Amino acid sequence: MSETRSGGWDFSAGGASPIGGGAGPHGSATAGTPNGRAGRPGGGAGETIRRIVFGTGEALITLGLVLVLFAVYEVWVSNIFADRKQHQAQQQLAQAWHTGQDPLHGEDKLNLPAGKQVVLPLGDGFANLYIPAFGKDYVKTVIQGTDDADLDRGPGHYVSSQVPGQIGNFALAGHRVGKGEPFLNLDQLRPGDKIVVQTASNWYIYTVLGSQPAYQAALKLTGSARSDAIAAALAATDQQGVPGREIVSPSAVQVIAPVPDHPGQSPTRALLTMTTCHPKYTANQRMVVHAVLTRAVAAKGTALPKELAGGTL
Amino acid sequence: MYGWIWRHLPGPTALRLLQAVLLVAAVCALLLFVIFPIIEPRLPANPITGPGTVGQ
Repeated sequence: MSETRSGGWDFSAGGASPIGGGAGPHGSATAGTPNGRAGRPGGGAGETIRRIVFGTGEALITLGLVLVLFAVYEVWVSNIFADRKQHQAQQQLAQAWHTGQDPLHGEDKLNLPAGKQVVLPLGDGFANLYIPAFGKDYVKTVIQGTDDADLDRGPGHYVSSQVPGQIGNFALAGHRVGKGEPFLNLDQLRPGDKIVVQTASNWYIYTVLGSQPAYQAALKLTGSARSDAIAAALAATDQQGVPGREIVSPSAVQVIAPVPDHPGQSPTRALLTMTTCHPKYTANQRMVVHAVLTRAVAAKGTALPKELAGGTL
Repeated sequence: MYGWIWRHLPGPTALRLLQAVLLVAAVCALLLFVIFPIIEPRLPANPITGPGTVGQ
């Protein structure tokens, strides 16, 4: 013990320490500070090294705690800021519609030809997205653009993709976890689920693709066979080769093509695509859900379409 | 560092404990509501959408 001490590696700090007596370097580190201070006021080489080691330890523990706190920020606190921005975007759009200023200028309509390019102000909301499967109060204002700042406000519309109701693909990106997490539950969508898009002039009702018969059959199963069968039903492609859901790499931009996964083809129908991070808490892959336009109805006052709770249109 | 702070807090142990808790809360609030929102967009790990990527 005395040899260790003279070597300068005694963390118990101070020969007078009664606690450090038989404990050695372990167990006595926490007791070291007060004892060391009382027993050895002057210090020395051992004291200096002890302080450095102790200080480094404290700094590393602090850094670890800060990183944990950052994770808390990412998955929770960032939502507070993003929800505020989304709320503001909703208010702005409602106000614009109220005063007769439609960012789309009424140019969106059912089966608008794909070639027609509708220019929208970047960073502003222009439509509302309702997904009843995410809860009857789920509504998000869609922001034009997919920059970080846009996605902080709400689901962002890929500028190169089409507008609601247009032939081609109305493609959206949204955060999965944190920053408002509009697409947190994208994995919960099932073939046949309705996605409702509201513009100043119209309501557009899209239906999630995938095999509905296969999904109904999957519901009769249990356990992992059930979830596997549901995944298979979602992955089933329709007659034009578009699945209900797919997991792709972040570089797979063909998922937002006018005909998803078939970038060269010219579109014949109006689709909606939603992309988000996958798996949850990571950005390694993208989860992509495709839906097809199945109905459109002109807006009439504050009336909601039948697909939403209390809807009449 | 923590030992130094503890020794410089005035009052009896109970009061010091209260002050320590308040200090920790203040530092956490500063990080969560001021510092992280500022540095977060600058982090390289932030997934971005750009040419050739499907976002978030």
